[in-house]
Amino acid sequence: MPIKLPSFRPRKDAYPPDLWTKCPSCSEMLFNKQLDKADRVCPNCGHHFRLSAQARLDSLLDRDSFRELDAGLQSLDPLGFVDQKPYPDRLAAAQLATGLRDAAIRGVGTIEGRRVSICVMDFGFMGGSMGAVVGEKVTRAAEQALAERLPLIVVSASGGARMQEGTLALMQLAKTCAALERLKAARVPYLSIMSDPTTGGVFASYAVLGDVNLAEPNALIGFAGARVTAGTIAQELPAGFQRAEFLYDHGFVDRVVHRRELRHEVALLLRYLAPAEVAADAAPADARPAFDPLGFLSSLAERVVPDLASAEPAASAERAEPAAEPAAPEPDRETTGDGARVATDSVKADVDGPGEPVPARPSREASDG
Amino acid sequence: MVDRLLGRNREAPPDAPLDARTAVWNRVQLARNLRRPRTLELLGEMADEIVELHGDRGFGDDAAIVAGFARLDGHRIAFVGQQKGADTEENIRRNFGMPHPEGYRKAMRVMDLAERLGLPIVSFVDVPGAHPGPESEERGIADAIARSIGLMSRLRTPIVAVITGEGGSGGALAIAVGDVVIALENAVYSVISPEGCASILWRTADEAATAALAMRMTADDQLALGVVDIVVPEPGEGAHADPAETARRLRPIIVGELERLGRVPADELVEARYRRYRVLGAYTEVAAPAVAPTPTRGLGDRLRDLLDPTRWSGGNPIPGTSRRDEPPAREEV
Repeated sequence: MPIKLPSFRPRKDAYPPDLWTKCPSCSEMLFNKQLDKADRVCPNCGHHFRLSAQARLDSLLDRDSFRELDAGLQSLDPLGFVDQKPYPDRLAAAQLATGLRDAAIRGVGTIEGRRVSICVMDFGFMGGSMGAVVGEKVTRAAEQALAERLPLIVVSASGGARMQEGTLALMQLAKTCAALERLKAARVPYLSIMSDPTTGGVFASYAVLGDVNLAEPNALIGFAGARVTAGTIAQELPAGFQRAEFLYDHGFVDRVVHRRELRHEVALLLRYLAPAEVAADAAPADARPAFDPLGFLSSLAERVVPDLASAEPAASAERAEPAAEPAAPEPDRETTGDGARVATDSVKADVDGPGEPVPARPSREASDG
Repeated sequence: MVDRLLGRNREAPPDAPLDARTAVWNRVQLARNLRRPRTLELLGEMADEIVELHGDRGFGDDAAIVAGFARLDGHRIAFVGQQKGADTEENIRRNFGMPHPEGYRKAMRVMDLAERLGLPIVSFVDVPGAHPGPESEERGIADAIARSIGLMSRLRTPIVAVITGEGGSGGALAIAVGDVVIALENAVYSVISPEGCASILWRTADEAATAALAMRMTADDQLALGVVDIVVPEPGEGAHADPAETARRLRPIIVGELERLGRVPADELVEARYRRYRVLGAYTEVAAPAVAPTPTRGLGDRLRDLLDPTRWSGGNPIPGTSRRDEPPAREEV
């Protein structure tokens, strides 16, 4: 009788994780390269996988139009927070794993030729949690949108506020909401895109406040975690609770948009979400012609004459060094003079990177195939 | 036997970190004390008269939030605040001080009215967190909180926020955006409940005291962080021991701030409030972000991966490989 030995060979369904991904929705094994090509949407059942910030920018913006700003922002450890390991160690590990400095990237780019101020979150960096850096980047994106009268787009993917920064993370809710109120008062539109997941303090601040709120199908969007909810109320949660469609049904999301259609939908909306002219106050925003000769000329001028943009007397703007933008390795189609940077007198210590090798944008699934 | 056990407990060498933990945890318990004076009790001691207003004009009236007008040392003010119950029956009626969206919308309505009437606003914060139930989500608790925060950031009237007990995350901040933020000595303020923090980061709610210490949630710590501007000492064992004395200590400070802020022009007031929150948060700006070239993975790397059993799936997620289908890190609010 043969003796059955325990097998040390990997089971048939164990695939190298960087080659294959199992769809959690339909259990289909998906070849990563194909998945990436399909914007990380399962070709079988349409499940939307999470997208890194860089991949999101690539899928939304015009090719090579993105110019990153404030790439050097990095969180400190104001509380000296230690749980299983110290917060700085967690930060460093997340930076190594993702190649990002924090859970958001912000900058300006164009979508079908329209300039936008955009901030994109990355769930891969500590659950996309919002600390001082994320709050600051969203706020600066809003302030730049206000100063240059550009539409603001924020793509959220976050578990909420970052516990390791305590109430200072909570204060980012106030910081971002206040900036968005100013945007609203100045009649500059704001488009919020919620991807899986958008929960906690991020949902309860800038994500929910969009003039137009878009969400990806089946994205988890909610205020309190499901465990808290279940624990507090001791009752069965309704099916589809806190999903994008649930929010849509209850009137907090304008449109649930498939990722394939997202860029197109955003471009469509941007025709209407154009900042109202400052001079012609009475004109409704959507009466603007799709082709805006003045805006076109000024954006053209910005490209041709890099210093024009920086010469604009943006209120209390301080010039940033053009060399401070090495994280944007794109060819110099956009201006390199970083006059667009909105100055703030927030507390910041300008520290030169002491040569610690934080890797740049990685192409994360570089090992595919 | 019991004596021996107690005796041994007494003799146990006082462990320094444990002591700090116990001290913080005692503060949390004091902040949650059932007999701690709430908005209406404090105002009852402080104010010459109170008129409570009800209803959000859209859905209903939330008893977990009270709002209205009051007269404080001759100053007409508008007040908003959370109201927990003093006993089980009242707590059920007031939902243990956990507001639903309509509560925040009522607060917004009264604050908006206060701005139009030129009344300063005093808010009293004492909340474990906004109510986390399905009905709360259906009616848009996140939306109510975000809009309330936004509204308070731009109102052209003085706002004094007082953290009187538990400052529980977004549900607290929704009515705590002010020109000046006062906290009672034993009040706590945190981004997440210590139990929630412990269950996420320590994987057990038993470490709540450790989490409370790590989050530096006491009033004094919040003062040091700049989140709170003034800490008011409580009498004796705490505010619950002598509510009248607590109110007597709180009143001159609130009134003093109202008088000071009342002299500031509205534009400056709103700008200063914007700045107050604009600068909160600790970050550095690295002048030149290090940009390392993306490591290209060659055949050798891939072969090594194949030979490395830790890279096969089925086990724990491997740090460094970015699998994006892991369960989300959730924040309890």
